[in-house]
Amino acid sequence: MDWLDWLLLIVRVAVVFFALLLLVILLVWFERKTIADMQTRVGPMRAGPRGILVTLADGIKLFFKEGITPTLVDRPVYAIAPVLAMAPAFLAFAVVPFGTGVTVFGREIPFQIADLNVGILWILAMTSLGVYAVVLAGWSSGSNYPLLGSIRSSAQMISYEVGMGLALVAVLMYSGSLRMSEIVSSQDTVWNVIPQFPAFVIYLIAGLAETNRPPFDLAEAESELVAGFHTEYSGIKFAMFYLGEYINTVTVAAVATTLWLGGWRGPAPDFVPWLWPLLWFLLKVILIIYVYVLVRATLPRIRYDRLMAFGWKFLIPFGLVWVLATGAVVVLPDVYGRRPVVIGAAILVGAVLVLSLIWPLFTRSSGREEVARA
Amino acid sequence: MSDDPGREHGTDEIERSEPAPREDPRVDVGGSVGAIARGLGTVFKQVFRRDVTERYPEQIVEPPPRSHIGRHLLNRHENGLEKCIGCELCAYACPADAIWVVGEDNDPQSPVSPGERYAKDYQIDYLRCIMCGFCVEACPTRALTLTSAYEMSFTSREDAVFTKEQLLEPPLPLGTAPGTQEGK
Repeated sequence: MDWLDWLLLIVRVAVVFFALLLLVILLVWFERKTIADMQTRVGPMRAGPRGILVTLADGIKLFFKEGITPTLVDRPVYAIAPVLAMAPAFLAFAVVPFGTGVTVFGREIPFQIADLNVGILWILAMTSLGVYAVVLAGWSSGSNYPLLGSIRSSAQMISYEVGMGLALVAVLMYSGSLRMSEIVSSQDTVWNVIPQFPAFVIYLIAGLAETNRPPFDLAEAESELVAGFHTEYSGIKFAMFYLGEYINTVTVAAVATTLWLGGWRGPAPDFVPWLWPLLWFLLKVILIIYVYVLVRATLPRIRYDRLMAFGWKFLIPFGLVWVLATGAVVVLPDVYGRRPVVIGAAILVGAVLVLSLIWPLFTRSSGREEVARA
Repeated sequence: MSDDPGREHGTDEIERSEPAPREDPRVDVGGSVGAIARGLGTVFKQVFRRDVTERYPEQIVEPPPRSHIGRHLLNRHENGLEKCIGCELCAYACPADAIWVVGEDNDPQSPVSPGERYAKDYQIDYLRCIMCGFCVEACPTRALTLTSAYEMSFTSREDAVFTKEQLLEPPLPLGTAPGTQEGK
């Protein structure tokens, strides 16, 4: 690598960083407008045309607000928690390919910061680090509600990470690679969302829980916990939590796009060949976020024990079975040769067996003891 | 004290009632998914409905003609005499203590109101007024009524106290009040 490579890398990182910031500013506006649309309101209208600058105004306000540090906080931890919320959110995006790339100065510039050969693991690692921000923020605040919120949130995030991981495992077995770019190129004929639809659904639900979005926003249940783990935060520190949360949402949507919706793939005309994949990618990300907003506008917050029950008793068993099924589909042809009838029959028998074994898990109420107590 | 404290509070009724019938412990997976899907559909349908928001300063929707949502008005008789007789019933009715009335005997040569007395001074503090309308109900002569002029923004505490002259004046049409002009 010579200096030009380094320069291009730095430019790429900077561009992605600011693009993400810009995207978040637009995303918050988009979410507020969309949710207003779903409630037959108009939403923000004052700052900029149709209120598009509302997040910028909010951001400026938060930036200049006094940052109040309560007396009881553990200062170093209290200060580092918002950074920990934001940094992994940005880092997770580093492995997402958001386009084909361009050639500048005779050099290929991929639209991806780092094409790690363990891309999916990187994403899992970074989203897990986000839990630390929540735990540390709640613990260092020296206050009851933040602590409760952070305990809830960490339990929730750890639980749903398992389901999320199982969904990712199914895709990586199907695509045969952990590298994000190879997963995208493996979807050139049919997007993973068709053969891996159950994994897609598991991932979307787990993603909602991972990003603490409604209906899984128990960490910030205003009616019970004030504002949850960031109750004691104000000003720029609060803004960092907010930012991290929304970047996480973008990242979850971007990963879903890459792994299931064919990434940047889509029909493209011949002129400006680098632009269309980028637009396709953005379109798919926005589509997923729209679904998230729709879910937020529709579903009420889930009770905490039901949330955990849903994660452990439904999502994880379902994910395990799906991983098993995917494994059978991927491995059986290698072992027994390509005999579709035999393999199909074997999978059918296996599916019936497994389903009959696990069926009680899916049909038993999550709150059986409760009913007995009542 | 009775022997059964529960009876006094009406709780024995609840204790004696039948236990709630047991729920079917099985979860209807298909039904749940269907319910969520229907819910999402219902919300998504709202996207295509017209927004109910009134874009207030740009588009002023007239309130219904008989709406009483705005400031007060002191009425006059058709012959120009004030209806207010200075009885102070409105001030007594006011839960927020927002009304100030000073009554005085009418000069028989040039009466301000028919009858013995009139209001020499009449003030309403709109920083205190809660728009409950009790004053209007208390008024024996229908001198005090509410209007639909809801545009009341002030730049000082003094501006918020409406004098008798201001209250006798019918309100300006919506969108022309001084405060809204400044805001634009």
